[in-house]
Amino acid sequence: MANAVELSGVSKHFGDIIAVDDLRLDIGDGEFFSLLGPSGCGKTTTLRMIAGFEYPTSGSLRIHGVEMGLLPPNKRPVNTVFQSYALFPHMTVEENVAFGLLMQKVDKGVIGERVTRALSQVQLAHRAEAKPTQLSGGQRQRIALARALVNEPEVLLLDEPLGALDLKLRQSMQIELKELQSRVGITFVYVTHDQQEALTMSDRIGVMNDGKLLQVDDPQTLYEHPTSRFVADFIGEINLLTATVVDATMIQFADGQRAQAKTGGTAGDEVTIAIRPERLGLHALEEEAPTGRNTIEGTVTRRIYHGDVWFYDVHTAAGNLEVKEENRPSVRRFDEGERVKASWNPLASTVVVD
Amino acid sequence: MTTDLRPPESDPEITAVTPELERDAEKADARRGLLIAAPAALFLILFFAVPLVIVFVYSFATRSSTGLTLLEGWNLESYRRLFDPLVGEIALRSVMLALATTVICLVLSYPLAYYMATRSATVRNIMLVLVMIPFWSNFLVRTYAWRVLLGTEGPLSQLSQALGGEPIRVLFTNTAVLIGLVYGFLPFMVLPLYAALERMDWSLVEAGRDLYATGWTAFRKITFPLSLPGVIAGSILVFIPTLGAYVTPAILGGAKTTLLGDYIVSQFLAARNQPFGSALSFAVLAVMLVATIVYFRTGAKNL
Repeated sequence: MANAVELSGVSKHFGDIIAVDDLRLDIGDGEFFSLLGPSGCGKTTTLRMIAGFEYPTSGSLRIHGVEMGLLPPNKRPVNTVFQSYALFPHMTVEENVAFGLLMQKVDKGVIGERVTRALSQVQLAHRAEAKPTQLSGGQRQRIALARALVNEPEVLLLDEPLGALDLKLRQSMQIELKELQSRVGITFVYVTHDQQEALTMSDRIGVMNDGKLLQVDDPQTLYEHPTSRFVADFIGEINLLTATVVDATMIQFADGQRAQAKTGGTAGDEVTIAIRPERLGLHALEEEAPTGRNTIEGTVTRRIYHGDVWFYDVHTAAGNLEVKEENRPSVRRFDEGERVKASWNPLASTVVVD
Repeated sequence: MTTDLRPPESDPEITAVTPELERDAEKADARRGLLIAAPAALFLILFFAVPLVIVFVYSFATRSSTGLTLLEGWNLESYRRLFDPLVGEIALRSVMLALATTVICLVLSYPLAYYMATRSATVRNIMLVLVMIPFWSNFLVRTYAWRVLLGTEGPLSQLSQALGGEPIRVLFTNTAVLIGLVYGFLPFMVLPLYAALERMDWSLVEAGRDLYATGWTAFRKITFPLSLPGVIAGSILVFIPTLGAYVTPAILGGAKTTLLGDYIVSQFLAARNQPFGSALSFAVLAVMLVATIVYFRTGAKNL
């Protein structure tokens, strides 16, 4: 089966500004795909090109194998959930949801049936007669979703749809959205700048910056093995250490300590290695670290209590390390100023490019 | 306001805010408000409300055979005369003209306002100034200019003749009045429409397009209904003054095209029938008031 969305060398220029630069991306049928990046990275422009609100300056955009070219939004088999919901304020909830079907000249009786079904799917059948202004933020969000899904689009585009909601509601909506997506089986393309949101819901995530797609992977690979400094830094907390390549499996820090790492570089090259704070363990200097683990010596400069975890800042020759240790009696606590050894599994570190 | 309403603590009598104190403070607030509004209120009472009352009283008075208004023998004769076929004819003509002016203004202004509202901020502001420039010169002078433009010897007529056509004979007709009124009141339509369209959330139109509406349908179902407050405000701003227009018809209109404004003036001056003139004024006022209220109510319901 053809991919739901195929972008081949898609670029978008606004005057001198390159908003999207030579994007190549295939999104599978039924996939929950997120475009993740900081504001201005080109993720929303990409979504708008799929929707038909913007046309690519160059490149080809296909939906289920059909070239979209200069097709206007109303001729595309996609629907959008807008960031601000964009519910029609002069229509009732019911009229809002029925709008797309009405425009497609669907039979009146069928419209009523499908609207009712869509509204009950988002648990808002009882607000059919209400105007959008009478609804809470979460309810509006659901109506925007129902208004798009009722048309059974081939691809649903979502532009930061949870951005306006408060944290609690956002978290429950994330789960709800993911469940809804697997139930209806429609391809979701989800734009967000919130890495937590992307990790929670997505089958795959594409990270964008400066108009370029940097890495496309499933959440776990993206988190565990970022390929670039930007991706490593953007998703979660991470330590970036500078080292020199010794050979294919060995690096050396500035103080001469060596560590195992898959480098893939040539001897003498300077590389950046990335390690997540929770993958680091702390040991007393005299203690022997478990075999097979890399170690680096340093001094605790700060200790912060977070309830479930302790955060340590450890100053080492290779740079500052943030270490996250679980708050359990079996885990030894270190004081500020204490000399320690930080250790990690060689497989938990990744060499990233700048 | 953070004014502390409590008296100094040294006062042994009162130590906290009581309902009485609060009421006093509210009264003081109201008095201050009245003082601020007083100059404008006084002006309106003297030069608007009082004359209105006089007109109202006069409309029930009697006209003497010499054309004086006698403040006696109160009667409804002037109001009875409102049902005179001649009055009906003039009123109908005025309403039709005002309606035509409003509709033409709306049709001309909407695309302009739409264009303005969808430009960059710089272009918008330049265009706004351009729309308002006519206000900088006198309305009378501008209306006289139309007399030159539309005259049989005017540039339009000459152009028509140069192209082998007939001379244009439009001056002193209803058409000339219509042209003058549309010209004069166009900005009053453009500005509220622009204000409504400028506030427009264009993502709603995108949502419409996304939900399979063509550009035209999205305009009909979304843009236009959402700009209705502007349409209503603009229509009222054009319709009401044109219904009672006096200057434009006097300069550009002919003798056969008496309108309400004209007719009322002639009752006060030429015919020397102040009671009837007053009754006419009052009737027009009442009808416009009712129409405006109805218009606003229905308009508000649609939003």
